[in-house]
Amino acid sequence: MIPASFDYFAPATLDEAFALLEKHGDEAKILAGGHSLIPMMKLRFAQPETLIDINNIPGLSYIKEEDGHLKIGAMTRESDLEHSDVIANKYPIFTDASKLIADPQVRNMGTIGGNLAHGDAANDHPAVMFALRASVVISGSGGSRTVPIDEFFYGFYTTAIQETEILTEITIPTPTGKTGNAYHKLERKVGDYATAGVAIQLSVDDDGVCTYAGIGLTNVNPTPMRAARSEEALLGSKLTESDIKAAAKFASEDCNPSADLRGDVDYKRAMVEVITRRMINKAISRL
Amino acid sequence: MTLIGSSVKRVEDKRFLTGKGQYTDDIKIPGMTYACFVRSPHAHAKINGVDTSRAESMPGVVKIYTGADVAELNGVPTGWQVNFINGETMKEPKHPLLVADKVKHLGDAVAMVIADSYAEAKDAVDAIVVDYEPLPAVVNPKDAAAEGAPKVHDDLPDNMCFDWQLGNEKADVDQAIANAHHVTKLEFINQRVVPNAMEPRSAIGHYEDQNEKYTLYTSTQNPHLVRLLLCAFVLGIPEHKVRVVAPDVGGGFGSKIFHYTEEALVIWASKEIGRPIKWTAERRESFLTDAHGRDHVTTAELGLDAEGNFTALRVKTHANLGAYLSTFAPAVPTYLHGTLLQGLYTTPLIHVHVDAMFTHTNAVDAYRGAGRPEATYLLERLIDTAALETGMDPVELRRKNFIDAFDGVDQPGYQTQVALQYDSGDYHKVLDRALEMVGYEEFRKEQAALDNGKLIGIGFSTYIEACGIAPSAVVGALGARAGLFESAQVRVQPTGKVSVYSGSHSHGQGHETTFAQIVADRFGIPMEDVEIVHGDSEAVAFGMGTYGSRSLAVGGSAIVKSMDKVMEKGTKIAAHLLEANPDDLEFGEGKWTVKGTDKSVGFGDVSLTAYVPHNYPEGLEPGLDFSSFYDPANFTYPFGAHVAIVEIDKETGKVTLKRFIAVDDVGNVINPMIVDGQIHGGLAQGIGQALHEGTIYSEDGQLINGTYMDYVMPRADDFPMFEIDRTVTPCPHNPLGVKGAGEAGCIGSTPAVVNAVMDALKGYGIHDVEMPVTSEKVWNVIHGNS
Repeated sequence: MIPASFDYFAPATLDEAFALLEKHGDEAKILAGGHSLIPMMKLRFAQPETLIDINNIPGLSYIKEEDGHLKIGAMTRESDLEHSDVIANKYPIFTDASKLIADPQVRNMGTIGGNLAHGDAANDHPAVMFALRASVVISGSGGSRTVPIDEFFYGFYTTAIQETEILTEITIPTPTGKTGNAYHKLERKVGDYATAGVAIQLSVDDDGVCTYAGIGLTNVNPTPMRAARSEEALLGSKLTESDIKAAAKFASEDCNPSADLRGDVDYKRAMVEVITRRMINKAISRL
Repeated sequence: MTLIGSSVKRVEDKRFLTGKGQYTDDIKIPGMTYACFVRSPHAHAKINGVDTSRAESMPGVVKIYTGADVAELNGVPTGWQVNFINGETMKEPKHPLLVADKVKHLGDAVAMVIADSYAEAKDAVDAIVVDYEPLPAVVNPKDAAAEGAPKVHDDLPDNMCFDWQLGNEKADVDQAIANAHHVTKLEFINQRVVPNAMEPRSAIGHYEDQNEKYTLYTSTQNPHLVRLLLCAFVLGIPEHKVRVVAPDVGGGFGSKIFHYTEEALVIWASKEIGRPIKWTAERRESFLTDAHGRDHVTTAELGLDAEGNFTALRVKTHANLGAYLSTFAPAVPTYLHGTLLQGLYTTPLIHVHVDAMFTHTNAVDAYRGAGRPEATYLLERLIDTAALETGMDPVELRRKNFIDAFDGVDQPGYQTQVALQYDSGDYHKVLDRALEMVGYEEFRKEQAALDNGKLIGIGFSTYIEACGIAPSAVVGALGARAGLFESAQVRVQPTGKVSVYSGSHSHGQGHETTFAQIVADRFGIPMEDVEIVHGDSEAVAFGMGTYGSRSLAVGGSAIVKSMDKVMEKGTKIAAHLLEANPDDLEFGEGKWTVKGTDKSVGFGDVSLTAYVPHNYPEGLEPGLDFSSFYDPANFTYPFGAHVAIVEIDKETGKVTLKRFIAVDDVGNVINPMIVDGQIHGGLAQGIGQALHEGTIYSEDGQLINGTYMDYVMPRADDFPMFEIDRTVTPCPHNPLGVKGAGEAGCIGSTPAVVNAVMDALKGYGIHDVEMPVTSEKVWNVIHGNS
């Protein structure tokens, strides 16, 4: 459980961090909460030559509502999300998700930015981001760019973040109208990666017609995914039982899980269907 | 004094809870080096070469040993010999300290790197190149018995260590099964589990040239036995020149009973390099090399007559021993398993046959319960299944077949068909109490009326186990290569304070509290005046260690024997001081009093007199210090009734344990809180096996779930608040009347949970689900998949 040796830098500003990234290129890894990277280093599955610790850079941890958006700094800890009043009142989906991530010790260190930047379809936040149609702000020495979540995940552990860039912020358009959301994952044990997880965001008009549906799935696809057909099945619907069932069915058909210790493909698809239905109903109960 | 029976808080917890415990890895010796091992990534492979050249020149590297360097040394032995049914000696292939020619399981050690720091040792391990030629492997013990199976040891064509049988004539049992009105048959795997002690194994070898003395600090349950095996069997070094210290040990669950290769290597190499060497397992090494538990592939059949009386039990099991024989491995599937198949029942005919097999897997040995959980699982699963098949109530079926109550004093012990004589028991009483707690009739009504998309089920397990191992002559006749007594020295200091040196070893059991309660009570002194010393071969005369729930029954009895001697001599001194006849004295509240008078002398005055013998009985030796060895007359037989209630989510298959009721009879209880804790911990492990735990080896012998991410340990949220109670049937043959509590929870609980799941699923036409009963398996049952 001892990592291979590495160089360690703790820049005090983003500019210093960008300069270090430009110097060390793909030999460097960013250290945020460290709860994915450090275990891999201790097992020597990852042996980066350089670690750039961004924990000392001020101004990257916040939760604020601004310009019709919820903005979350990349270094915001899971425990900050878990205990935030803004989040609990208006975005309980985050509270649902944060409580299911690992354990309290990990949540005290793990960051939302790290959870996304790791590019792991087993992580819980990507599905939530799909449901909320979030964007991520990616910064480098040349400035910042905003990438919609649908364009962020490229493949297994790869994302739109370039070698010289750092994910700095998540922005989420504030939902309008009557909205409700929910997240749940089935897990073998507390703190496990999901056997299957589903994030739901819904808005309805005064007639109860669905005006927005966002559905993201966890750990049932090589990359984090949006259940697009399921969203379409709900849009314009009065969220009847049959429409909900159809949406759940589409999600189970459209995902692409792989068999592992958590279950075979049939079981995972079946669980996507069950949890999608349950979470739609839970989101409706929160409207 | 009434310390016995009172829930005194554990005196050892102050140091554990404040981080002041001293574990092997906490010990630092000047000049110490660090060892890391090159371990095989294959389950079975020929070694064509080991290239250490690059590693040898790396910074900090002191020495590298490979299999060739230790080929002349003996391997680690097993401590138990079981013979084939035909009388031949079991096969006992060498377990080398490092492998030179062919690795036989994942994690088999090929080289040991010693360096100035852990990090340097670790880097050098990565630089060693081993040329492996992978070979086919076999991991399942039944597959290992098949013709053409890959061979674990080249000279053992059938992979068999021994076969073994116990019980009545097989022909009689076969006949009774054939003639039975109903036969319930189960074929299942009692899956392999990983012990997962919180503290990984660790060992420091320290040879001191100036006095030719070896010290081994090691995380063991069994320091004296490690010393004996190390000196007499492995290295041939003189026992009086070897000190083995087991300091604070963070759990064992059986896995730290055994003598491991790493212990022998750090001691041997310390002399070679002239420096102390520390090795501490990484968690991955623990998964790969701590002896595992269970792993039986079993066929079990129970015959019943038309009234539901059990007429015969026939068991055939393939027991997996792994690639090499661990210290107690041969005893576990045989004398700790076959001997328990009577259960609590009057079954008149029993036959068990065991094929003990080598496979390309890590060694299997005693794990909390050791053989008894396997016996209990098959019996209790058979009974609930028989009830399901015959339409009888599982409670009534048990009651009908229970052995009647006997106290072992006025009524004799119960002689089983499988070699044991139970000491005392009242089996109806524990079941009656459990049913009262659970509200059985109400549950059945609720179950019938349930209509919320959930299934609920109730499962029973009424178990017996054998603890307090054991009369030395009996286990010797059964193949043990050591005695199984215990020693204790009670040293009353001149000021009346008491030091107790126990051969039992505490690694979570709370001996420092429980033993002190017994001593303080007997001498009428405060508990603070008693110190329990254990785990150091130079402080304690001898010891057979802690396992099999034996510490209080055997180690505690040895303390009582020594206290008897203290009291006998103390009475003589007191009589002298009081100028009275010893027979006229009585002892109570810490003093001797002349009966019927107010003339008395205190325990402290007597002890001071023993060491300052100015006014002293003629011819009596000074001092107040006695050693005893206690060899029990019989095993002890705790028993109990466990009841599980589960709820199943039909859509996800998730099993939720809603209630768990355990009524155990562990004989007399010294510290109820500690016993409760032992029961709770045992339940957690037993339920863990039922619902969560289990190794997954691929066909080529890779351990797929060898990390905490992949191997599912039960968590706090997996359990309801346990509802526990006790009945007390004292053990008639030891002075404390105690039976043992460490394993009861783990033995009784597993089948209760699986039985509850099967009760919930009884509408689905199946009779078994393989453990661990995961959500996916249950979902497949509900959805009609095989």
